[in-house]
Amino acid sequence: MIKSNKWQIGILYFILIVLALLYILPILSGIMISFIPGVDYLSGSLFPKSLNFENYVKAFQNANVPRMMINSTVTSLLIVSGQLIVSSLAAYAFVFLNFKWKEPLFFIFLMTMMVPFEATFIANFQTIKEMHLIDSYFGMALPSLASAFSTFFLRQTFKQIPNELIEASKVNGFNHWKIYKDVVMPISKQSLITLGIYQFLGAWNMYLWPLLVSSNNNVRTVQIGLRQIQSEEALTEWGVVMASAVIVALPTLIILYLSQKRLQEGLAEGAVK
Amino acid sequence: MQNKLLSESKHGNTKNFDVKDLKVALLFLLPSIIVFSLFIFYPMLKTIYTSLFLTSTGSKLVAFAAIENYVTAIKSSVFQTGFESTIIFVLVTVPLTVIIGFLLAFLTSEELRGMAFFRLIFSSTMGISVAASSIFWQFMFNPVNGYLNKLMLFLGQKPIGWLTDPKYAIYAVSFATIWMNIGFIYIIFLGAIQSIDSSLFEAAAVQGVKKTYLMRKVIIPILSPTFYFVITVSIINAFQAFGQIDLLTKGGPNNATNTLVYQIYQDSFINLNSGRASAEAVILFIIIVVITLVQTKFSESKVHYQ
Repeated sequence: MIKSNKWQIGILYFILIVLALLYILPILSGIMISFIPGVDYLSGSLFPKSLNFENYVKAFQNANVPRMMINSTVTSLLIVSGQLIVSSLAAYAFVFLNFKWKEPLFFIFLMTMMVPFEATFIANFQTIKEMHLIDSYFGMALPSLASAFSTFFLRQTFKQIPNELIEASKVNGFNHWKIYKDVVMPISKQSLITLGIYQFLGAWNMYLWPLLVSSNNNVRTVQIGLRQIQSEEALTEWGVVMASAVIVALPTLIILYLSQKRLQEGLAEGAVK
Repeated sequence: MQNKLLSESKHGNTKNFDVKDLKVALLFLLPSIIVFSLFIFYPMLKTIYTSLFLTSTGSKLVAFAAIENYVTAIKSSVFQTGFESTIIFVLVTVPLTVIIGFLLAFLTSEELRGMAFFRLIFSSTMGISVAASSIFWQFMFNPVNGYLNKLMLFLGQKPIGWLTDPKYAIYAVSFATIWMNIGFIYIIFLGAIQSIDSSLFEAAAVQGVKKTYLMRKVIIPILSPTFYFVITVSIINAFQAFGQIDLLTKGGPNNATNTLVYQIYQDSFINLNSGRASAEAVILFIIIVVITLVQTKFSESKVHYQ
């Protein structure tokens, strides 16, 4: 990109190494503590003597962590798949259909981005309660199934599809449902994956909503599980708390590392332009 | 010719509306419209409506109260401190997150060996949830074993109760929040910098333009839409920050971190006063709308779309 000379590159690397170390210090210290057995921590040791997995075993055994991982996975997949379908349908209408009220409807979609979560969650909680969906995966996912952001993102993608293709499909007798399903969606696979990954990270990390609508371990997500583990063990078993936090962070960190380049290119395209 | 006409009527904004298209469009839009109506517009109206009533602990509307909920909320000292700490939180986290995220992206934008590694590091907080991050930071802030107080001792200073001293708590939570949010902002900026036409930089290099000049006069103006997007998203997120407060301080000590969102949560789900909570939610909503509008107005003159 911006070319530097040798000296500048040397200084740049030095600065970057210092910044990177500072930046990951909270994660590194968390990982270190997670390998220190409880007794050693209480005696003041801050560096693990060996790779001791005791805390990880405890986290898995005592704290219901595996069940909560499953709950988080199911809820997140439900949100992502639902949102991709619901938003791509809407985006299709805004791009390929020419209808009355298109602009006002688009404006209404835009407005939903302005309404903050706190203006809705009290009433939404009551709605979910009246629908008897408290303590269900569906109750956790339902309010997130439509998204203005995802609709805009896919609208940008669909706009780049050459119109000849749509016209040719019509000539071949495809109706809109078939064009959506068999032409537009397959072509947009890459954008759908990028968006899906981004929304998965968001769904996996949701905090306030699952906290409100889940009251037992059968559906509770890992984020709320962490809250529980923290309040029960933070004073005595720091190692177990840290091990749990590392376990919870790991799946999304791996996803992020695998898709970092895709996200940085895709989000810049879709979100800003 | 016919093809061209068709394509214009489909992609362009011509007024040849198709009745058949309207039916199909409504079907395609229906799922979104149902979810938005049920979980955004209806609850919004319901919250405004509820805010005008006194409510029982079972969230039943008891008596019309007009603006009484608003008056008692605004007059209470808890609300006033909460308002203050919300503003501090926004003013500290938004500019610092955006500036640090941008600088890190700028520093790692060059295609050099090992850059991929630094990019992974700086984007990593995007992959760590608020809950996990808060737990990592709770340890950093630990009065005895945490690194921050170790550093204070090393520098010959007194240890600080980062999360227990009302003077420092809101700054400590803000600091942790900046860290949590840098990853996302960094990724957005990195993608945006990399999509700038590289011939621009080559031309600048040939003419011996200084990097700082390049940044001020070329990169920042080109990235102004990105800045606008990132700042808007950050402001809205900052007003809604919840998880880190719940995990690190629970609004304490002495209400020092009891931000507006946290009060809404406490009033509706712990104190079971949904009338009051709804009034606070409406106030917060108005604040967010006003700030977003002011920011949009202000940046209209500064943002250049290519």
